[in-house]
Amino acid sequence: MLTDTATARLVGLSKCFVKGKEPIVVFDRLDLVIPQGDFVAVMGPSGSGKTTLLNLLGGLDAPESGEVHVGGTRIDRLGEGQLARWRGANIGFIFQFYNLMPMLTAGQNVELPLLLTKLRAKQRRRYAETALEVVGLAERINHYPREMSGGQQQRVAIARAIVTDPSLLLCDEPTGDLDRHSADEILRLLKSLNRDLGKTIVMVTHDPAAARYARRTLHLDKGRFIEKLELAA
Amino acid sequence: MTYLLLMRKNLFRHKLRTSLMIMSIFTAFAIFGVLASIERSVNAGQDIAAADRLVVVNKISFTQPLPIAYVDRVRAIQGVQQVTHVNWFGGYYQDPKNFLVALAVDPASYMQVYGNELDIPSDARQSFIRERTGALVGEVMAKRWGWKVGDHVTIANNIYVQRNGSRSWDFDIVGIFKGKKPEVDTNYMIFQYDYFDATRAFGQGQIGWMVLKTASPALNDQIARTIDQTFANSAYETSTDTEKALNKAFVAQFGNIRLIMLLVIGAAFVTILMIVGNTLMMSVRERTREIGVLKSLGFPPGRILRLILGEAILLALIGGVQGLAWAALFIVSVRDSVRGLLPQIPISPDVALVGLALMLGFGIVTGLIPALNAMRLRVGAALGRS
Repeated sequence: MLTDTATARLVGLSKCFVKGKEPIVVFDRLDLVIPQGDFVAVMGPSGSGKTTLLNLLGGLDAPESGEVHVGGTRIDRLGEGQLARWRGANIGFIFQFYNLMPMLTAGQNVELPLLLTKLRAKQRRRYAETALEVVGLAERINHYPREMSGGQQQRVAIARAIVTDPSLLLCDEPTGDLDRHSADEILRLLKSLNRDLGKTIVMVTHDPAAARYARRTLHLDKGRFIEKLELAA
Repeated sequence: MTYLLLMRKNLFRHKLRTSLMIMSIFTAFAIFGVLASIERSVNAGQDIAAADRLVVVNKISFTQPLPIAYVDRVRAIQGVQQVTHVNWFGGYYQDPKNFLVALAVDPASYMQVYGNELDIPSDARQSFIRERTGALVGEVMAKRWGWKVGDHVTIANNIYVQRNGSRSWDFDIVGIFKGKKPEVDTNYMIFQYDYFDATRAFGQGQIGWMVLKTASPALNDQIARTIDQTFANSAYETSTDTEKALNKAFVAQFGNIRLIMLLVIGAAFVTILMIVGNTLMMSVRERTREIGVLKSLGFPPGRILRLILGEAILLALIGGVQGLAWAALFIVSVRDSVRGLLPQIPISPDVALVGLALMLGFGIVTGLIPALNAMRLRVGAALGRS
C-alpha cells in the first residue's frame, strides 16, 4: 500500500521512442504531481503520450531521464524483478479489453495477483470473494469470462486490480469497449472506489463523458499538459 | 487457485493440441519403456552373474563340446571349490513353436554351484538326485505350461535323438524351483546328465561347458589361466572366463544392443522433442498478451520462467508417465509369448527412474526457449501498449 501524500510525482521526465531511424520525443522534461486520493482523467489525441504516461507510472516502461516517484519509491531506478514485486503490491491495472485469462473463472482471475503473496489458498479465495462483492459480482465467482458481458468482465478486471489493496489504479480506456450503460456502471464503480476506499486513480480516456467522473482532467498534446486543472462537474 | 492449477489450465486451453502433444510424448516414452526393458533383459545375465563363478567352454566355440573327464581335472586345480557341468538340450513342448530351454546337468554339483540363486525345496533336491528321469522346472516355465510336481511331460528335440530312434524325451517333474532374486531367470528346466548321456544316440561322454566356483574372485584370473594352460595343445582346448564376461560376449554376438536401442530411442526423442518444442513455442507466443498481463500484475520474470517451464514439465510428465505405464502393461501382456527369446523382461524401477529423469529433461529442453522468451518479454510490448 502506498503511503506518500503525493501518490505519484514525475520530475523532469523525458521519454522518446525510436521508430525506424527517427527518434520520436514523447515527453521532454515533464513534471506532474498526483496527490493521494485523486481521480485524474488524462485525455488527448492519439500519440499524445497518454498510454506512455500510464506505463511510466506503473513501471512498465522506463524514462530516458528524470524521476518517477510513486508512493515514496523512486521506481525508475528499480530492476525488472523489483519493479514487478513493487507493481504487485502497489498498482492495480485496468485495461480496455479486460485482459482476463479465458481459461480461469472470475474468482480464479481475481485470485491471480494473490499468488504472489504469502496468503493461504483459503485466504486467497476469501479475498477474491470480497473483491468480487465490492464490484457486485459475488454470484458470478465460478463463471468464465466467456459467460459474462463486457461490463461484467470489466468489473471482474477491477476486482482483480483492487484485490491486493493497491492505492494507485491505472486505467487505460476502461470503458472504451463498452456500451454507454455498462460504461456508466464501471465509471460509477471507479468513482466509488476513489471516494469510499480512497484509491488514487489515473484514467486514460477519449470519452469526455467518462472524464466527467474524475475529479480533474489533464489534457495531453504532443507530450505536454495543455490545461492542467479542470474541476469535475 | 494454485500455480499447479494455473499451469494445468494453461496447458489444456487447447485440448486437441495438448492431447496431440501428450500422444507424441506418450509414444516416445512407450518406446523408451519397452526398449529399455528389453535391453535390461538382454543384459540381465551380466548383472546377476556371480563374481566368483568361472565358465569353461571349448576354445573354438561354446557350441563345441568338452570331454567329461575335464571335470575332475578342473576340480583338482587349487582354488577351485565346486565344479558342475551343463549340456544344452533345448527342445519343444507339444508343438515346435513352443520352444523351451532344457539343460542336462549333474544334479548335486549344479545345485551347489547355483545354490545362492535358486530356491529349491529340500525334498525336490533329494528326488532330483535320486530319480533318473526327474526334472526340476523353473517357476516361470511351470506356470507357463501349467506343470506341477508329479506331472509326466514329454519334450521333443530336433537335435538329440535317443538310441531307439525316438525324438521324444520323457521327464517326471520332481520339483519347482524359484529364483532367490526377482531377476533370476526361472524359465528353464534341468534334468539328469546321466539319463541324457545314457539315452542319446551320439556324443556320449561329452559335456557342453563347465561352471566352477572359486575360493575368491581375486583368484579368478590365475585359475582361468591354469585351466586353459592345462588343456592347451589338446584336442579340446578351453577358454575360461568369468560368467559375466561370457554372458557379455554371448550378447555381443547379436551386435551392440545398447547402441541400437539408444539410436532408436534417441531418434524418437529428438523428433518428438522438436515437435513438442515448436508447438510449445507457438502456444506461448499466442499468449504474449496474457504474459504481459501477468507481468503487469506483478509476476516477476523468474516466476514467468518457472510457470512456462512448469507447464512443459507437467506436459512431459502426463505423456511420459502414461507412456511408461503402457510399456509396463505391454511387457506384461507379451512377456509369456516371447519367453523363448527373452526369458525375463523386467519392469524394473530403474527404468521408471530413468524415465522420470528423462521426462524432467524433456520438459526443461522443450520449455526452456519459450520460457526464456516469455521471461524476457517487455510488458509494454506484450500488451501492445507502446
